[in-house]
Amino acid sequence: MKVPYISKILATCLLLAVPCLSMAAWNINFQPGNTLLADDIQQLHLIVMIVCVVIFVGVFGFMFYAIFKHRKSVGHKASNFHENTTVEIIWTVIPFFILAGLAWPATETLLAMRDTSSPDMTIKATGYQWMWGYEYLDEGIQFYSALSTPQGQIDGTEPKTENYLLEVDNPVVVPVGKRIRVLTTASDVLHAWYVPALAVKQDAVPGFIRDTWFKAEETGVFRGQCAELCGKQHGFMPIVVHVVSQEDYDAWVAEQKQKISGKELGAPIKLVADSQ
Amino acid sequence: MSSQTGGYYLPAPSYWPIVGSIGLWFMALGAVLMMNDGGKAAIATLSVGSIIIVYMMFGWFGTVIGESESGKYNSQVDISYRWAMSWFIFSEVMFFACFFGALFYMRVLSVPWLAEGDTQALLWPGFENTWPVAGPYFSEKFTPMGAWGIPALNTFLLLSSGVTVTWAHWALKKEKRAQLVWGLFATVVLGITFLGFQVYEYIHAYGDLNLTLKQGAYGATFYMLTGFHGFHVTIGTIMLIVILIRSMRGHFTAKNHFAFEGVSWYWHFVDVVWLGLFVVVYWM
Amino acid sequence: MEAAHAHDDGHDHVPSGLMRYVTTTNHKDIGSMYLWFSFAMFLVGGVMALTIRAELFQPGLQLVRPEFFNTMTTLHGLIMVFGAIMPAFVGFANWQIPMMIGAPDMAFPRMNNWSFWLLPPAASLLVLSLFVPGGGPGAGWTLYAPLTVQQGMGMDLTIFAIHILGMSSIMGSINIVTTILNMRAPGMTLMKMPLFVWTWLITAYLLIAVMPVLAGAVTMTLTDRHFGTNFFNAAGGGDPVMFQHIFWFFGHPEVYIIAIPAFGVVSQILPAFSRKPLFGYASMVYATASIAILSFLVWAHHMYTVGMPVEAQLYYMFATMLIAVPTGVKVFNWVATMWKGSMTFETPMLFAIGFLFLFTLGGFTGLVLAVVPVDVQLHDTYYVVAHFHYVMVAGALYAAFGGVYFWLPKWIGKMYDERLGKIHFWLSIIFFNIAFFPQHFLGLAGMPRRIPDYSLQFADFNMVSTIGAFGFGMAQIFFLYILLKAIRSGEPAPAKPWDGADTLEWTHLPSPAPYHSFEDPPQIR
Ligand code: HEA
Ligand code: HEA
Ligand code: CUA
Ligand SMILES: [Cu+2]
Repeated sequence: MKVPYISKILATCLLLAVPCLSMAAWNINFQPGNTLLADDIQQLHLIVMIVCVVIFVGVFGFMFYAIFKHRKSVGHKASNFHENTTVEIIWTVIPFFILAGLAWPATETLLAMRDTSSPDMTIKATGYQWMWGYEYLDEGIQFYSALSTPQGQIDGTEPKTENYLLEVDNPVVVPVGKRIRVLTTASDVLHAWYVPALAVKQDAVPGFIRDTWFKAEETGVFRGQCAELCGKQHGFMPIVVHVVSQEDYDAWVAEQKQKISGKELGAPIKLVADSQ
Repeated sequence: MSSQTGGYYLPAPSYWPIVGSIGLWFMALGAVLMMNDGGKAAIATLSVGSIIIVYMMFGWFGTVIGESESGKYNSQVDISYRWAMSWFIFSEVMFFACFFGALFYMRVLSVPWLAEGDTQALLWPGFENTWPVAGPYFSEKFTPMGAWGIPALNTFLLLSSGVTVTWAHWALKKEKRAQLVWGLFATVVLGITFLGFQVYEYIHAYGDLNLTLKQGAYGATFYMLTGFHGFHVTIGTIMLIVILIRSMRGHFTAKNHFAFEGVSWYWHFVDVVWLGLFVVVYWM
Repeated sequence: MEAAHAHDDGHDHVPSGLMRYVTTTNHKDIGSMYLWFSFAMFLVGGVMALTIRAELFQPGLQLVRPEFFNTMTTLHGLIMVFGAIMPAFVGFANWQIPMMIGAPDMAFPRMNNWSFWLLPPAASLLVLSLFVPGGGPGAGWTLYAPLTVQQGMGMDLTIFAIHILGMSSIMGSINIVTTILNMRAPGMTLMKMPLFVWTWLITAYLLIAVMPVLAGAVTMTLTDRHFGTNFFNAAGGGDPVMFQHIFWFFGHPEVYIIAIPAFGVVSQILPAFSRKPLFGYASMVYATASIAILSFLVWAHHMYTVGMPVEAQLYYMFATMLIAVPTGVKVFNWVATMWKGSMTFETPMLFAIGFLFLFTLGGFTGLVLAVVPVDVQLHDTYYVVAHFHYVMVAGALYAAFGGVYFWLPKWIGKMYDERLGKIHFWLSIIFFNIAFFPQHFLGLAGMPRRIPDYSLQFADFNMVSTIGAFGFGMAQIFFLYILLKAIRSGEPAPAKPWDGADTLEWTHLPSPAPYHSFEDPPQIR
């Protein structure tokens, strides 16, 4: 019989593939988080994955055992059972409890995630086609933040540099260790404010304010992208967050205040259907 | 091939479906062109499509009526038609549910959201949660449609038409032709009157109340719900007229009259939708 | 239950050639047309997928402009879902349901013809949208407002195409429900129906319930575009998110509309090749029904990041997780069916096992996505793309492949080449995993979906994925070759080529099945 051979070869290939995949260039997991919430989420994901893998291995352990032992070519005769109320009840009820067990930590993390109360500062992020506008509500700072990768890199006439597509002219700057509340909205169509390492993704809905928050644990530069299809440049409106020390932040604020104060952002909502 | 009366009728190959598909294709294309300034070509395409569809309807329904009258349908076919009509009406219920859902969503969720918290403070200062409302951006004034004028009258008309069609049905079951025809006739008249009032109401709304499709949440849901309902009343009335003509020609028997029942179910369905409309669109 | 003797008008004057198919009222002709149409659309959608994958082979814009890329994504999704997978299973329904319940044909043969012949006009409108000013629709297959409001004339064509597709699905489903409820042979009680018939009864119910809702959603989009309504515009008191609610009220049941008939096909194949009755028939029926009912209650799990109240998120998370229970029952029943059987591994069985294995994998990633905090990281990333290709390609599409190999002998009276079939299976399964498994990693690392270009960290896995996709595409061309070879020169098939098959089409009808299956209904037990 050909089949088992093929599966053995396959299994070998897979085994050989594992070390390959675990090499650094082939990142197979979340980006390292920079907030406690990000860590919680990764923990939660890990728990769910473990449960899934265990069940998966269990169920398909049975299946492959049957495939190898209960086949006609090894002379196995078919039994004729076709129901068993006890087992059927067991395998309905047990998954239910497993799921309830998963729902518990998920609920805890979710409640923490959605609690946007008592922020240290608030930034409003407005999605435009195709860039972000930021307003520091407490400081009165406003600016646009657009992709700064040169067109030549995109078209392939220049070599691509390290932060290809993930670099902007004016990054968001926030102090480390502070609860930052981000209000999102959009002026034209849906966008989404997504920075993986900060564990935030919040849709920006034109005409409505939505909010999310993060508290960065360490300083550094964190990059993300618009995560809701918003038209032709959807792939080209990144988000860059500089997390800096409080002193650096204060210096930055002072600098911004004299540089771009008085400049206004575009209309809060552009009426798409208004033209008719 | 058995052709005894117990047999389930399987129709011969037919051209009507493909005619209908071609018609719909032209209609869709024509409608798209109309909406994108297609000019004469758009009108022409749309007309061609509509004519083909009307031709198809006459042909297809004519064939079915002919088959029915020549006794090709047994009682099992009859049951099939009943199932099919019930499920079709269920699909219509879901269609209307979608628009009722939109109305509830706006009234109960989105309008209040726009008038509270950060959304109101930062984007729509001063906007308040009221109903009827055109939304935070539109300041043009309009008058909402009151419930106790024409709408109440229309409720009465439709409810009566439900009674007359049932009266006609009783007559049919007792083979009383005259009562059947009169009952149907009354139903048709009530339906047409309803539509007449509705047209009048729309003209009044557009002309005097400044209530248009563009008046935000209220305008959109008002016209979409009453408009689709009116469209269904129109279809129902046409179907009633067909049934009326067939009754006058002596079609249907006390036992065998699925077409009649199908139409009357449809009519009752349209009736019930109206009651829902009356309560949530006009009254509340 | 009344007997369904057939009285047939169509004997004397059957048009020949192309016109036979245009005018046919025969469920087998119509079933074949559905299947071929679906395969053609699969190739069209597949070429679009390959365009996407080719552009994503390397970072940078090489082949297409971003707006065209978006159109490809949108049309790929729409065509695969509405043009390839759904019609494929309607094709199975047409061929199999009358044969499996002992009926002469479908309840409404003429309307059946129309259900099919609405598809080509709808598909042509979709394809036409590529050539009109403003280009094709580029808002994703989910057609989220208000991006749809901005688009050109192609969006209107798409909207009307969806209306027509909806009519087709509703009429097709009414026909199927009526056939199942009213045309069963004497003695064929509901709980004696083959599971495939049950799954279609439930699917058809779902279709009738949700297609009108989709029609309503796109109609509102149309009036927002052209008639100044403000359903999806906050300025007028509407809400873009309302579109998502309405769409997913349709969209989530839709994914089960795709999956449930596939469950049905697998539930026929596994017992046949295990030579053992399906384990837990009754619980299979109840589980399927529960899935269908639950599917109406979980739609907002596609919208965890829109900013719903946290209570709503909790509710949708719990309800979504609950679907794993009935789906699990099905998986366990299938494994128990194989347990202590006497299995052989012809191509249909291989595809059924492939389905079982990979669908479950996709189900588990679904469960991962159901957990709100995790989904907030993964939403709109390639993890989601990986999830749904596991359930729809390795799930639904594999079941369809299995079903074709399984019933082909009955349909055409000839056998396919077993060796080639097995090669098709192994090529498909290997390349499928090369194409889609790495997408999980891309998603975890944060690569958004629907982007024509990406940053350098995602380059390696994208390259692998593209290679896999092209390999998978090649394998499907090979499938076409296998089919044509079987049709032209396959070995004649016996009436019952599979030992363990026990439904009416195998036990009561020759291969190929006669033009009119059961003119006089068989007596069931
Ligand atoms: C055939 C189609 C199909 C099927 C069957 C499913 C099945 C499931 N899907 Fe999937 N899904 C899609 C098609 C499908 N999906 C599509 C097309 C999208 C994206 C649409 C778009 O945005 O374009 C999507 C997106 C999607 C999302 C949104 C992701 C996002 O955009 O952020 C979510 C979130 O909850 C989800 C969840 C699930 C779950 C929980 C199931 C469950 O039904 C799975 C249940 C199965 C199992 C769990 C495995 C078997 C069970 C056992 C062996 C029992 C024991 C198990 C346990 C106790 C854990 N799906
Ligand atoms: C059941 C439905 C179905 C099926 C079968 C498929 C099949 C495939 N899909 Fe997918 N897909 C969707 C449903 C489906 N898809 C949906 C709903 C979306 C979401 C859309 C959206 O975001 O709006 C999506 C999105 C989607 C994306 C994400 C696009 C984006 O976010 O921008 C990608 C990317 O890799 C992809 C790839 C593929 C591939 C490689 C296949 C392959 O399996 C296809 C294989 C088939 C062929 C390749 C055709 C056969 C070969 C030929 C015709 C000959 C030519 C061949 C060669 C020259 C080699 N699909
Ligand atoms: Cu902005 Cu996507
Ligand atoms: Cu879903």
